Amino acid sequence: MTAVKTGPEGSVAQRRIAPAEWPARFDPARARADFPILRQQVHGKPLAYLDNAATAQKPRAVLEAMDRYYEETNANIHRGVHLLSERATKLHDDARAAVARFIHARDAREVVFTRGTTEAVNLVAQTFGRTRVSAGDEVLVTALEHHSNIVPWQMLCREKGATLRVLPIDDRGDLQLDALDGLLGPRTRLLAVTQVSNALGTVTPIAEIVRRAKARGVPVLVDGAQGIPHLGFDVAASGADFYAFSGHKMYGPTGIGVLWGRRELLEEMPPWQGGGDMILSVSFEKTVYNHVPHKFEAGTPAIAEAVGLAAAIEYLEAIGMPAIAAHEHELLAYALEALGEVPGLRLVGTPRERSGAISFLLGDVHPHDVGTILDRHGVAVRAGHHCAQPLMQRLGVAATVRASVALYTTREDVDALVRGLHAAAEVFA
Amino acid sequence: MTSSSDLGDLYQEVVLDHGKRPRNFGKLEGATHHAEGLNPLCGDHFTVYARVEGGAVREARFEGSGCAISKASASVMTGVVKGKSRAEIDALFERFHRLVTEGPRPGDEESLGKLAVFGGVHDYPTRVKCASLAWHALRAALDGQGQPISTE
Repeated sequence: MTAVKTGPEGSVAQRRIAPAEWPARFDPARARADFPILRQQVHGKPLAYLDNAATAQKPRAVLEAMDRYYEETNANIHRGVHLLSERATKLHDDARAAVARFIHARDAREVVFTRGTTEAVNLVAQTFGRTRVSAGDEVLVTALEHHSNIVPWQMLCREKGATLRVLPIDDRGDLQLDALDGLLGPRTRLLAVTQVSNALGTVTPIAEIVRRAKARGVPVLVDGAQGIPHLGFDVAASGADFYAFSGHKMYGPTGIGVLWGRRELLEEMPPWQGGGDMILSVSFEKTVYNHVPHKFEAGTPAIAEAVGLAAAIEYLEAIGMPAIAAHEHELLAYALEALGEVPGLRLVGTPRERSGAISFLLGDVHPHDVGTILDRHGVAVRAGHHCAQPLMQRLGVAATVRASVALYTTREDVDALVRGLHAAAEVFA
Repeated sequence: MTSSSDLGDLYQEVVLDHGKRPRNFGKLEGATHHAEGLNPLCGDHFTVYARVEGGAVREARFEGSGCAISKASASVMTGVVKGKSRAEIDALFERFHRLVTEGPRPGDEESLGKLAVFGGVHDYPTRVKCASLAWHALRAALDGQGQPISTE
């Protein structure tokens, strides 16, 4: 057993935060105490971690759940007849059930564990895509997409002789929905769209997009990597066919992600990787594949990571996604106002609805230089093209500075960012 | 403030000046060699041109976009390599690379001349690639490689 946190509450049983403990509007400063890494100083300054869109920090509950798994349970799953294997299998199944509950999936068998969002998108491209897309067909993406929701489709289109089409954005960084119907043609085999832009923070109108795609009979994949940590997602209500996300951006560990897919589509899709666990029987003449989701989970999965992801989900459920969204919304409004007062600062992307991230430029100072100066002031941001080079080209910038928030982000973090930006402006005055 | 003085080591006046007003900036007409340099991490993208005659670089210029460090490095480099042979340029790059990765040593001022202003870079490991980008591109150009070089 790892060191048990003994606060005033004391007991092990109470280490899980009960929902009742949190007020309707939770206190981010209090949540901050759950994240050990945030206590440190960098370059002699308190850490203001504003690179959450790259990866979020992990609450103690996640770290302890993974430690506990390795100290008490570790075994391979679906194999052993012994107690540890039974327990590990149960924990892995429970993690799948926790994911299903969190995204409102009707059936836990619709939840496929992957290494992350990237692998989930590639899985769909290589199975669903390869069987459904042929020469002359089209795959539709949007100008907001991360490389991981562009390149797998580009590879597929190249292989099949299909065409990749792109729904454009306007100058604010919002999708041009009036162009959508024109792009949803008789040869469109799939629409792949992000829930939230990783670079600009744009929230896309998923419900409307899905409605229009469905009217044309086009399946929809939603990239939820940046959406789920801030807004959650209801796969059943969305009408989407696939939903992909990563554990590490929602306070869980790296190395685990999820592909949710509509059951009938998953059943129809061929397996991707071959190996153990994805089979029912193997002979040199014929292999019978396992049922979904195991058909897509060849080899020993990331078991401890699944346990960690489940702990992250429980943590988020205890606080409540609406409370997190409300806090972050308020914080982004505060940040936008504060940044608006920094001389020479220009926002890149001013979407109608924003979540998670703010991209900007400081005068003609290169984002990389801004990032270095902010770092020396204890402020961690991302500077670069955010793995969205086509988007950067569309906006006419080589790179931006991106500040991105999480449930533990406070106004003090934003204030530190603003102070650092003033210092950067001074260096390059 | 300590952080400001730290930053001052990186962003020395000379560096800031070359970053803002790069020398030898723009395409070199009559170049005998050229190559692109790309840092995919931050999108820095330069083309370095050289005119080689009689076994030495007679002129060097560059164009493109990048951060203050990469631009200043390209600016200073295109000045100091004039009149130097390939072997001299390689030797200079070796000393420069040691400066930006390990920090200044006694005697650097003489052997590195103007390049010594990049002595602060070694405290910023993520910026070493910025400082080295133009050098990699120049050496690729002199090697006659048609392919763009990348820091990755």
